Amino acid sequence: MPDMAEPILAADGTPLKKKLGQALFRSRLSAFGLVVPLLAFVVVSFIVPIIALLWQGVYDKRFAVLMPNTSAALSDWSGVSEPTEEMYSALVADLVVARKEKTIGRVATRVNRELSGMRSLFTSTARKAAELEAPYKDALIAVQKTWGELETWQAMKIASRVYTPGYLLASLDFKLNADGSIVRQDENRRIHVKLFLRTLEISMVVTIACLLLGYPIAYLLASLPLRTSNLLLVLVLLPFWTSLLVRTTAWIAMLQSQGIMNDLFVAFGVTSDDDRFSLIYNKTGSLIAMTHILLPFMILPLFSVMKAIPPSYVRAAKSMGASDWTAFWRVYFPQSVAGIGAGVLLVFILAIGYYITPALVGGQDGQMISNIIDFHMRKSLNWNLAAAIGLVLLVIVLLLFWVYDRVVGIDNIKLG
Amino acid sequence: MQKSYDGKSLVVKDLNLAIGRGEFLTLLGPSGSGKTTCLMMLAGFETATHGDIFLAGRPINNIPPHKRGIGMVFQNYALFPHMTVGENLSFPLEVRKLGKAEREEKVRTALDMVKMDGFEKRRPSQLSGGQQQRVALARALVFEPDLVLMDEPLGALDKQLREHMQFEIKHLHERLGITVVYVTHDQSEALTMSDRIAVFNDGVIQQLSNPDDLYERPENAFVAQFIGENNRLTGTVEQRNGKIVSIALDDGSKSKALAVNCGGQGSRTVLSIRPERVVLGWENESNTTLGEVLELTYLGDHIRYRMKVHGNPDFVLRLPNTSEHAKLTVGETAKISWNIDDCRALDI
Repeated sequence: MPDMAEPILAADGTPLKKKLGQALFRSRLSAFGLVVPLLAFVVVSFIVPIIALLWQGVYDKRFAVLMPNTSAALSDWSGVSEPTEEMYSALVADLVVARKEKTIGRVATRVNRELSGMRSLFTSTARKAAELEAPYKDALIAVQKTWGELETWQAMKIASRVYTPGYLLASLDFKLNADGSIVRQDENRRIHVKLFLRTLEISMVVTIACLLLGYPIAYLLASLPLRTSNLLLVLVLLPFWTSLLVRTTAWIAMLQSQGIMNDLFVAFGVTSDDDRFSLIYNKTGSLIAMTHILLPFMILPLFSVMKAIPPSYVRAAKSMGASDWTAFWRVYFPQSVAGIGAGVLLVFILAIGYYITPALVGGQDGQMISNIIDFHMRKSLNWNLAAAIGLVLLVIVLLLFWVYDRVVGIDNIKLG
Repeated sequence: MQKSYDGKSLVVKDLNLAIGRGEFLTLLGPSGSGKTTCLMMLAGFETATHGDIFLAGRPINNIPPHKRGIGMVFQNYALFPHMTVGENLSFPLEVRKLGKAEREEKVRTALDMVKMDGFEKRRPSQLSGGQQQRVALARALVFEPDLVLMDEPLGALDKQLREHMQFEIKHLHERLGITVVYVTHDQSEALTMSDRIAVFNDGVIQQLSNPDDLYERPENAFVAQFIGENNRLTGTVEQRNGKIVSIALDDGSKSKALAVNCGGQGSRTVLSIRPERVVLGWENESNTTLGEVLELTYLGDHIRYRMKVHGNPDFVLRLPNTSEHAKLTVGETAKISWNIDDCRALDI
């Protein structure tokens, strides 16, 4: 090791390290310059919206902003005692402003999420709020009996929290109470956990099906001469040149009860004409179509890994006395594991967030979690819940990724 | 035996070869000459289009490779990367269902044999090329096959290591008494190691003989050209007199040569003379001529002169670098001569 007190100098007397830094600076700058446009695009169009949306899953300031007096009064309230006159007067004051500012609809929607029936209560009361006189408690109860019930105020207290775990809990079929306790949703309202489980189940089945179907194809492609394998590889890639929608709708034509598959089954006597299989608009439809669409994502990494396994390994194994199966299982297969790892991860991650295909061919029991996210984004307009479900999905994926890394090892993945 | 891949042309045209027990036979030839195909047919990875293969009197054409019991060393070693050295060696024993103790014993012996003891736990990727080569060798020998095939096993090593390994393989062969069929395109490797060499070209064995015969008594122009350095003089047979032929060379002068593989009077022939058999001076009376020195290359232990002799500007002389020898200079014309027995008239 050189003496640290005397740094090595370049020919012109500057320290070598500094000189090297200057020399590398320009090339680093230009390298950075090359990625800046894409980086900016990704940040603006991808990272920022994702964070902003996911943020909504735990942050909802609507009630607190639109109903400032009520929110202040509610924050002092225990959630179990009788509502006080101050709380009622604050509510009336806020309702008057909300009606004038035309924000009452938003407030009503927010509270309605915590307790159904609140929307009409809020909108109808707001119309009369300006004419109410003190004492407001009696006046409000006179308008609607519901105002005297504890449940109503508890719903408002939950809605008034700016940072709320409520949506996250809802996406896991739990409910937040006004006193801060957490309970499970009513039996008939527990839908999310079931959907998460079904999403995982469909993804796993699709991944396994892709592996079972894709492995022999990839093996064949890798062992054929280059010209033939390139031709067949084009056939594998062909679906990529067709729109996802076209491929999915093609499956509708294939699988529907009067479709080609069922006609064939009837023709070959597998089933009778009035007892056709229901292959679509259910989970089977989702599974078949998704497996078909995701198959190339399994074949390609498998193929590129298998292509790199020299045929001499299997020959060597056979020359040493291994049968065809032993040579495959002990020598070839272990070396293709890296490709399996990559393909499985790729297909699983794609499958878990799959949307269009289950939406089109999934019917009722083929729906996945992304379909419910879409429902909350476009139909119920409950973006907060959509964001919370998305957040849960993200966490599940990251968790599975972590488990996968522990079991298989990310280092063992090879795409080619 | 014949072999064709596409049904249109024969890769191996006419192979008829008997290999003795305990022999070290090398298949030597340029790439594409069919030597590796022959080896693959022996191992069972290629099927013969026509003909039979016998191993110890037993036809093995229809026996799959894994039941032939032939050891094989591959060009790139083909050591299984996901197994340790010990597991690699133990593999052929495991598929033979040997007990654990016996396996360990044999693996140890085999590694000992190639001086790789203590490397059982290493992965192939942690070994140098030469070490991998030794392990591959040990793996092919560990199940004690009677016949071991080697497909250019030293091709990936540097020159020094290659030469060293040549001797190790040769010594192992002598010690174990196994039969080895070795494929190479390196003629010096073939000459160093083999009992017999089969020179392949164009799917046909050109010559099958021991190394010194192959070098000193090549039977055709291809072998003479392929093995070692060789001076070629073309001419026409003028008169045949028993084993000696008189040749009219293309530049008009006359020469005498040993008739090996030339036709009768009037046929074209190539005279083949090894560079080290040409001497300076005219003491040797049989074939004398003059040569103009065009280039000289200093090679340490000897000096290589390129001369223009009988109109051939690529005539090479190799003279030992001894103190008695007069050194020639470029442009000088020197008297040179060679013995009739060292000048072989071959096919063209």
